[in-house]
Amino acid sequence: MNKYFVRRYVVQGIIIVMALVLLVRLFYIQVVDKSYFLDAQNNVLRRQILYPARGPILDRNNKILAQNEPVYDIMVIPKEVKPFDTLEFCKLLGIDKAGFDKRFKKAVNHSRYTASIFEKQLSAVAFATLQEKLSEFPGFFEQKRTVRIYPDSVAAHFLGYTLEVNDEIIKKTGGYYRPGDYIGFSGVEKAYEDLLRGQRGVKNLLVDAFNRPKGHFAEGAYDTLAVAGEKLISSLDIRIQKLGEKLMKNKVGSIVAIEPSTGEILAFVSSPTYDPNLMVGKQRGNNTVAMYKDPYKPFLVRPIQAYYPPGSSFKPVDGLIALQEGLITPTTTFFCPHYYQAGNHRVACEHFDGPTNLTKGIAVSCNTYFCYTFDKLINKDGYQNRRNAFLDWRSRVTAFGLGTKLGIDLPSEKKGNVPTDTHYDKIFGKGRWRSSSIISLAIGQGELLATPLQLANIECIIANRGYYYTPHLIKAIGDRKVVKPEFKMKHDVGISPQHFEPVINGMQQVVESGTAYNARIKGIIMCGKTGTVQNPHGKNHSVFVAFAPRDNPKIAIAVVVENAGYGSSFAAPIASYIVEKYLTDSISKPRAEVEYMRDLNLLPEVKPKVVKPKLSPAKRDSLKKDSLKKALPAPKSVQVTAPANNKVVYLNSSAR
Amino acid sequence: MNNQRGFFHNVDWVLILIYVALCIIGWFNIHAAVYNPLKPSIMDLSTNYGKQFVFILSALVLGTVILLLDNKFFNAFAPIFYGISILLLIVVLVIGRNVGGNQAWIPIGDFRLQPSEFAKFSTCLLLARYLSSSTTKMEDFKTQIVCAAMIIFPVMLIMLQPDAGSALTFTSLIFALYREGLSGYFLVIEGVAILLFVLTLVYNKYLVLLCVLAFAGLLSYRLRRNRNQLKVIIVGAVMSVVFIFCVDFAYNSILKPHQKNRIDVILGKIHDPRGQGYNLNQSKIAIGSGQLWGKGYLKGTQTKYDFVPEQSTDFIFCTVGEEWGFAGCFVVIGLYVFLLLRIIFIAERQRASFTRIYGYGVASIIFFHFFINIGMTVGLIPVIGIPLPFLSYGGSSLWSFTILLFILIKQDSNRMGAI
Repeated sequence: MNKYFVRRYVVQGIIIVMALVLLVRLFYIQVVDKSYFLDAQNNVLRRQILYPARGPILDRNNKILAQNEPVYDIMVIPKEVKPFDTLEFCKLLGIDKAGFDKRFKKAVNHSRYTASIFEKQLSAVAFATLQEKLSEFPGFFEQKRTVRIYPDSVAAHFLGYTLEVNDEIIKKTGGYYRPGDYIGFSGVEKAYEDLLRGQRGVKNLLVDAFNRPKGHFAEGAYDTLAVAGEKLISSLDIRIQKLGEKLMKNKVGSIVAIEPSTGEILAFVSSPTYDPNLMVGKQRGNNTVAMYKDPYKPFLVRPIQAYYPPGSSFKPVDGLIALQEGLITPTTTFFCPHYYQAGNHRVACEHFDGPTNLTKGIAVSCNTYFCYTFDKLINKDGYQNRRNAFLDWRSRVTAFGLGTKLGIDLPSEKKGNVPTDTHYDKIFGKGRWRSSSIISLAIGQGELLATPLQLANIECIIANRGYYYTPHLIKAIGDRKVVKPEFKMKHDVGISPQHFEPVINGMQQVVESGTAYNARIKGIIMCGKTGTVQNPHGKNHSVFVAFAPRDNPKIAIAVVVENAGYGSSFAAPIASYIVEKYLTDSISKPRAEVEYMRDLNLLPEVKPKVVKPKLSPAKRDSLKKDSLKKALPAPKSVQVTAPANNKVVYLNSSAR
Repeated sequence: MNNQRGFFHNVDWVLILIYVALCIIGWFNIHAAVYNPLKPSIMDLSTNYGKQFVFILSALVLGTVILLLDNKFFNAFAPIFYGISILLLIVVLVIGRNVGGNQAWIPIGDFRLQPSEFAKFSTCLLLARYLSSSTTKMEDFKTQIVCAAMIIFPVMLIMLQPDAGSALTFTSLIFALYREGLSGYFLVIEGVAILLFVLTLVYNKYLVLLCVLAFAGLLSYRLRRNRNQLKVIIVGAVMSVVFIFCVDFAYNSILKPHQKNRIDVILGKIHDPRGQGYNLNQSKIAIGSGQLWGKGYLKGTQTKYDFVPEQSTDFIFCTVGEEWGFAGCFVVIGLYVFLLLRIIFIAERQRASFTRIYGYGVASIIFFHFFINIGMTVGLIPVIGIPLPFLSYGGSSLWSFTILLFILIKQDSNRMGAI
């Protein structure tokens, strides 16, 4: 034993204390502090998003309206780029040297070490030539994506288009979308975005310190597959849609055709239209600008956004309401002296028919008859109670779907207008208006405004003898063909079925012997009504509404051609072609007649905008020379370039 | 000594068992650290764990050979081992290979010899031989000077490589000297010096100065009657002040920027996980992410996917922490504590002071490596590149610790024999 024996305890004590220090520290970072665990996950886990294919959109006969097409983004990692033949690379990509430098600088500014997009959305054709040479350019590689393609280039307004999301959308959706994602921006693409976009999958990859993938986290237990978007079967019939778009070329207006028994929209034409493929790909920006500059506003979805006074096409509604109210019977006659005296104002009638009943009134579109009817409606409870009578009339008209949004499955539907009593109070003073003040409502003019969709829907109501289904464009969702419940709901308008017969008789006569004589179809009883809508801004709008066949109707249609003139001259024949094509898959009218209608240019003149050039005197002369051409672009041709095949597409061009 | 009883007679099997256990733990963790799930293979001599397997086998052979040697051998040859070590330390400065800024290796074929590892046990042996002589007394100033010289000579040579981690190891021998009678003040001084060192770097030096003076003043007031203690306090205070200025000067003027950075990171003066603090941060993440029970064998991601640097050698403890969690760490640390206490127990049961002193030397060196290495991986101590005994990958370090330990076992097996 040596005298320092006790010092062993000091040494042992130090060892134990130090070991405890280590254990306490370990306990803290391993058990108490959870942040290290999360840091480790951040280190090693990489979530890779799997993008689902967007759902395709089909027409009612399963013809493809919208599908996906592969495109290729050319990516670059600046650090890995080695000197190469810039000129050849530019040639392959179809860009110039300055463009190359700009893109490369942008990529470098983003990051030298990570990939950024060098050139977006090369088509498969364009990429094919580049592909075999791409290996000669280290640092550049391709990334496959899919974009929308619309094989038949039809129904742009119905389909809408997709857009790359911007910061605002990302914020609005709470970060669901990430930069580079696409979102439906209009039309069905927007309305059914939730179904079309599908469900993103995720791969939880493990990566090492150099970001190289090393396998799946937890053997892929937390990985999910991407679920492709739902297939949408639209109600559209591509045959009559195409025909409609062809017939409406060089005209401004709309065609809406609906299957009355279901509310399924068969044709949805807005003219001028555009090729939906122009909204895809590299040229999208340029095309959009060109279209915004187009004075005929191709982006306007006329069937649901353009307002027209229904004009004479409203007369059957007036008749039906009066019959339901018991104010007239089918045999009630009014004497038409060529005009209707409303106070100190005369509503002219273009016919001189003498005693006129309801059927005849509709057949010859007698203004006088419906002015009398309207007067009866407003004064049904006596002169004093005309406000209430007006409100009754108004609510009945609203039941026909006027002045309200019908609830079509498209964004931005407009509701039209049925004036209110307070509106008239404002104009005439409180209670100081009477039937004669508002008599233009009787013939569908005045403040009454309807969209072409609403006009077509009224035809559905008449065809169905009293009810309608909400018009819609998607008849079934997915492989299980789910129909939205709101589209299976019957809307009754509150008119007894028996009241429809005299009205329908009149409408049948319109086509057989009346104003729409040139629209009759061999072997098919079509019931219709022309309208020549007074337009304070220019030539009258040509309107025709109809349904066919008379019994068990298959199609209801509304055609509006702006600034064309008589409803019978333009809208009626166009409607007849479409109805016949739909019902018989052929047109019995002479081909030349159809082609004449197709090639007819009814584009209204565009008033030149007065532009005061602020240019140097030297330049002014050259401007003068061109000023005529520039100021009057009608017929205007907008040249736009399709992304893939460099095909030049002319919109609104004069007859070819 | 009866030869018929064999050379394993009286061998301390407990120590050998702990030794083997640590080696096996080390091997499994090295396997986990370099394990590639895409190419799983258990035996491949080209990999670190394959090589380590060979190292462990050869270390066992080496240990057996040591047990076969005569028990007088190490005492007698201590000066010669020391001489050879010093020679190698000089040689390595001339022909050594420079790895990572340190000229610490002598390449011999495929194998790389690290002389500083062998200097450890030879210094221990020489110290033990010198102090065990009946004429030396630890209390003597002359003895203290000689001991200091024996330690400082290899330290200086190692500092020239420069390999600060290995050099610092030798300071741990102060425990052995303390056990032999070195004044406890030296331990206190070392402790106070470390405290002041850290405080000076973390806080304003003048603030620390003020605290030291205030503390000294308070203490002298309480002990004002005792002149001797007062003297000690005053001397201590003066030395502290000088030390603070020295540290400040050394830190700002002598240390190289990368060394300064390492200290700054550990002291929390720089938060820079992607830069200088990357190693340390990744090491802490690996260990911390193990949580209580760990991720399981071969399931660790931080070490397997190369986030932790030097994961087989200096940072092998990260794999333990990540895959076996706090429970595994507890077991490993427990094994070390058990090993160290067992060594001290063995040292104390010797009749020969040579073996006792040597035993304390072994305990000191293993303790220093153990504490500094694990302390470094959990962020208690600046990143100093020294291996974890028996666990870290590497032939030189495993062999040198094996030699260190087995000489003790050999000496101990002869504890009943003549001194």
